[in-house]
Amino acid sequence: MQKENAGDAPSAPTTRVRHRKRNSDVGSGAGKANGSHLLVNDSKKYKSFLVRAYSTFWMIGGFALIVYLGHLYITAMVVVIQIFMARELFNLLRKTHEDKQLPGFRLLNWHFFFTAMLFVYGRILSQRLANTVTPDKVLYRLVTSLIKYHMAICYSLYISGFVWFILTLKKKMYKYQFGQYAWTHMILIVVFTQSSFTVANIFEGIFWFLLPASLIVINDIFAYICGFFFGRTPLIKLSPKKTWEGFIGASITTMISAFLLANLMGRFLWLTCPREDLSTGWLHCDPGPLFKQETHALPGWISDRFPWKEISILLVQWHALCLGLFASIIAPFGGFFASGFKRAFKVKDFGDSIPGHGGITDRMDCQMVMAVFAYIYHQSFVVPDILSADKLLDQIITSLTLEEQQALFVKLGQMLQEKFVGS
Amino acid sequence: MEEENVTSSPSTPVQRLRHRRRSNEVVLDGDKVNASPLLVNDRNKYKSFMVRTYSTLWMIGGFVLVVYMGHLYITAMVVVIQIFMAKELFNLLRKAPEDKCLPGIKQLNWHFFFTAMLFVYGRILSQRLANTVTADQFLYRLVSGLIKYHMAICYFLYIIGFMWFILTLKKKMYKYQFGQYAWTHMILIVVFTQSSFTVANIFEGIFWFLLPASLIIINDIFAYIFGFFFGRTPLIKLSPKKTWEGFIGASVTTIISAFILANIMGRFPWLTCPRQDLSTGWLQCDADPLFKPEPFLLPAWIPNWFPWKEMTVLPVQWHALCLGLFASIIAPFGGFFASGFKRAFKIKDFGDSIPGHGGITDRMDCQMVMAVFAYIYLQSFIVSQSISVDKILDQILTNLTFEEQQALFMKLGQLLKDKLT
Repeated sequence: MQKENAGDAPSAPTTRVRHRKRNSDVGSGAGKANGSHLLVNDSKKYKSFLVRAYSTFWMIGGFALIVYLGHLYITAMVVVIQIFMARELFNLLRKTHEDKQLPGFRLLNWHFFFTAMLFVYGRILSQRLANTVTPDKVLYRLVTSLIKYHMAICYSLYISGFVWFILTLKKKMYKYQFGQYAWTHMILIVVFTQSSFTVANIFEGIFWFLLPASLIVINDIFAYICGFFFGRTPLIKLSPKKTWEGFIGASITTMISAFLLANLMGRFLWLTCPREDLSTGWLHCDPGPLFKQETHALPGWISDRFPWKEISILLVQWHALCLGLFASIIAPFGGFFASGFKRAFKVKDFGDSIPGHGGITDRMDCQMVMAVFAYIYHQSFVVPDILSADKLLDQIITSLTLEEQQALFVKLGQMLQEKFVGS
Repeated sequence: MEEENVTSSPSTPVQRLRHRRRSNEVVLDGDKVNASPLLVNDRNKYKSFMVRTYSTLWMIGGFVLVVYMGHLYITAMVVVIQIFMAKELFNLLRKAPEDKCLPGIKQLNWHFFFTAMLFVYGRILSQRLANTVTADQFLYRLVSGLIKYHMAICYFLYIIGFMWFILTLKKKMYKYQFGQYAWTHMILIVVFTQSSFTVANIFEGIFWFLLPASLIIINDIFAYIFGFFFGRTPLIKLSPKKTWEGFIGASVTTIISAFILANIMGRFPWLTCPRQDLSTGWLQCDADPLFKPEPFLLPAWIPNWFPWKEMTVLPVQWHALCLGLFASIIAPFGGFFASGFKRAFKIKDFGDSIPGHGGITDRMDCQMVMAVFAYIYLQSFIVSQSISVDKILDQILTNLTFEEQQALFMKLGQLLKDKLT
């Protein structure tokens, strides 16, 4: 498959269609780029199509297993993926010649990586970690004080890295070192923003991780399929293999699947319940108003022709439509960004960890954009919907200590007093 | 003064010693690098010394005026400084011929700047803005709505910029455009982190902005003075004009000044009271226990030599010692970083807004490192807060109506009373 690509399209730097981690896209080769014949007419492609489908099923199987195992295992998978992604990206713009003269520079990158990981996961998982160790007094006090000084600890680690960087600046290597320093920061920001948001989504309910990820996969698969059968008009100069027909077909399919998948996924408590601590056992919860079935009577013209009179819809399906819209229209720009980046720096792929697919970053580029959107959407539009005075009261009683509750009471009293006097 | 620089040392790219915005350091030249006579022996330097002192006094005067006018005006000053800093840094690595082929690239930078400003100041000042408009029902609902969807609005603006960037990628310009994109992000992160933390410090009490800034200035002035009189051993290859004598002398002076300055500044409520809204009037508040004087028994060996047995110390002075330690030891690395950066990219100064001093970034490099430290120190060791309490309080205030908040308050009060009895 790789020989095929190299032979067919020596001029286009990215010969392969963007592959998502769990799809069965086939390397399209120069046939599409030249706009001559449709892919469907090339019999060689069917063979690679089958090979890809085989590996896709394995990946989907592995993914389903991890989802079954639970939140902590999915988080571990996300962390592993991000370590590999960071390593790929660190190595990308590194020049071995300069690196030989700078011992300890790679170590510095991993120091910043570790600091970023501590900072980001500390913020997101701190409350849940505290909830996990509440039975044990000693551990609880240790954990709460670590949480209190968390920002100071991470800052000290960062400043030591900063001082280390300055002390290792070598004459005539300044530009390279500053370039690497900036590159390290950009990588860590990109990788950790999206992975931390992904983990935050997971602990709000696997649904909020699984649905966005699936939509990206579906969008890619159907963009390929629709392009395979109908593709004629190129979409954007940056990715010559993408077509308008593929784009529009995939968008429609993604939105419909979003609506249906949300209904399907919303029925499982395992997927919809948030996890309040770091345990791995079964989950019970009240799923909340979003996942309650509501029956809508179908409009007259449908019930006349078909035997169904009404359908049950979960409220969350309307939110899923928004996610689907974003996944089909905006998330592909993550792929365009990665394409442009690879052309700018004349890189064929981000890495070669996944044989035949490229590196991990090639698979994750659209997923990253989607994960950030899913988190922000969830925090802005879903959480306020389901939050109510009673729920907040519950949260106050369960997650705050008695002193904290009293502190909250006093502060709230002051704020209400000010408002009352003001109005 | 500038002619002096150019003729004296053509070889060193960084001619001038790092100047702080309100310092009166004199330009050093190749004499120090060649380690020949001490600065104090060179007559020309006394003249530029006087000129610098004059402009420094004007700058200090202006700064004191802004501090007197209050939190909102200091914030405005910080915002103006950061706009100029961002403009300097945006222009720094820009290449004019490429820019001509890319219309709209400057607007894209300012679009991201505006988004970052909205995001960062929105987070920090949102609660105080809400407190300011509580009187007006309509404004209050508008502001609460904006706060609730603040993150979504900023994300939306960012994504628009992201898409705009991708749609304007031009063949053969990819590398330049991606470089500019990364550079823009790095600038905005550096500039906004420190300025947002500065503003957060200001609203906790002007003390927490004024003390760190003053310590950096004092450190610089005394590093220069000690280097002027005693400097012999170079400190670091990156900045050949800095010396160990200057460094150590300045550290000792800074730590002592921190202790004394904290006592002086801690006596004024204008400087120590936090501001809960965006008003500009006088401030009254209960003095934080940090600022209440406490007697401190001097250790036994001192009273034997001096008549004093004890002195009054504000507890905040011990915190000031930590700030002083950081300002003298670690904050100068901000200056080294800027020096190294300028050498890496072969530029003399970040800009030329301040005649004779360079650009704004040249003045602010150590201040930035200090501001971030001051914020983190404040939040970790001084402000006794619990993240979860504030988070839930935020949720209560942004998601519930006034009546619902009151109902929650009543229920919580009832629950707590039951628990205690």
